[in-house]
Amino acid sequence: MKYMSEYRDPELAKKYLEEIKKTVSQPWSIMEVCGGQTHSLVKNGIIDMLPKEVTMIHGPGCPVCVTPLNIIDKAIHLALEENVILCSFGDMLRVPGSGKNLLEAKAEGADVRILYSPLEAVKIAEDNPDREVVFFAVGFETTAPANALSVIHAHRKELKNYSILASHVLVPPAIKAVIDDEESKIDGFLAAGHVCTIMGNAEYHPLSAKYKVPIVVTGFEPLDVLQGILMVLRQLEESKSQVENQYARIVKEEGNPEAQKMIHTVFEIKNQIWRGIGEIPDSGYQVRPEYAAFDANKKFSIQIEEAPENPDCISGQIMKGLKKPFECSQFGKKCKPTNPLGAPMVSSEGACAAYYHFSGLVEA
Amino acid sequence: MATVSFGGISKEASLEMLPDADVGDYVLVHVGVAISKVDEEEAQKTFQYLEELGEIGELTDVDEYLPKSE
Repeated sequence: MKYMSEYRDPELAKKYLEEIKKTVSQPWSIMEVCGGQTHSLVKNGIIDMLPKEVTMIHGPGCPVCVTPLNIIDKAIHLALEENVILCSFGDMLRVPGSGKNLLEAKAEGADVRILYSPLEAVKIAEDNPDREVVFFAVGFETTAPANALSVIHAHRKELKNYSILASHVLVPPAIKAVIDDEESKIDGFLAAGHVCTIMGNAEYHPLSAKYKVPIVVTGFEPLDVLQGILMVLRQLEESKSQVENQYARIVKEEGNPEAQKMIHTVFEIKNQIWRGIGEIPDSGYQVRPEYAAFDANKKFSIQIEEAPENPDCISGQIMKGLKKPFECSQFGKKCKPTNPLGAPMVSSEGACAAYYHFSGLVEA
Repeated sequence: MATVSFGGISKEASLEMLPDADVGDYVLVHVGVAISKVDEEEAQKTFQYLEELGEIGELTDVDEYLPKSE
């Protein structure tokens, strides 16, 4: 057992699809919150094999996609400062800012480094005491503990040249915002398994009860997604609305208490702007005042003017689940992964990138 | 720090969020930090779920789909 390839078994996937077909008696719309699940649905062709009654709506769970334009402009501005080493996860580099992106800044000579982990950025700060090292700390609850840990490591090592430019978003307030949106009509949710790995399932019980929607915490492999869909459908057909955990091999009901402690040590909750969606109350993290010395927002006084979004990009409607990528007039034409108009075409979790690469709608 | 094998490729991962992890455990690693230990018993349930729904008649060959022990 390797806990991976086994969950890609095509024969058992067929059995799940058969059971889904038998279960469903009327049209239902289910939102998969996480972009990783969107990719699994499209890449594995599940989206085309589901019965016509089941509509999958792609959610806003792509951290790169919802990072505000203003913060990307800030990161680019910082990267172009002479003494700064700007470190980032790889998929932020092509995300369009209002002028250029980080990759173009790098081409102009900025010291931009792609890292696998924020802990590596702390090491770079240690090795370069004369430079300012800034880590572009983007992510959902899943990534927040590692970003917080980097601050703790830098604090322990008494580094004066390390800071994070934090842009953290939280899933439960976004689910609430999606349900509250008058245009949306979602019957059930697949919650993001890796977010719940950290935070547990407690926040979803009141949401499910208040809005009477089934919420199934779901993994990312094909069988995970199929089982999650079946579990939501069974609840819908039986008029139930509960929180269930499909991904219990990874997600414990209480989440990871050590990771939660780490988050709350370094971060506090704030209102957060989601690119394409707008401000959602209590949906983000900022660095606590006690760790202000490690907060790039406080350390560098950068004033970046608010810039307008590209008017040709409909990513806001896509992330709210109101439109599909192929309904955009620029999809696969002016907007491609090599020349994206919006972030969902860039990220490995973006819905537009999933359709571009895997749906067969774009000819290679 | 621990050394974690990702399908044969060894990488360092922090165990600070998973103090109980032991040599030989399967863990989920995200951006260099181990965040969860795989629960082996729960891991079987996806393979047994359909059977539990009472579809045994159609799934008499369910054993075929269970992962082979290595």
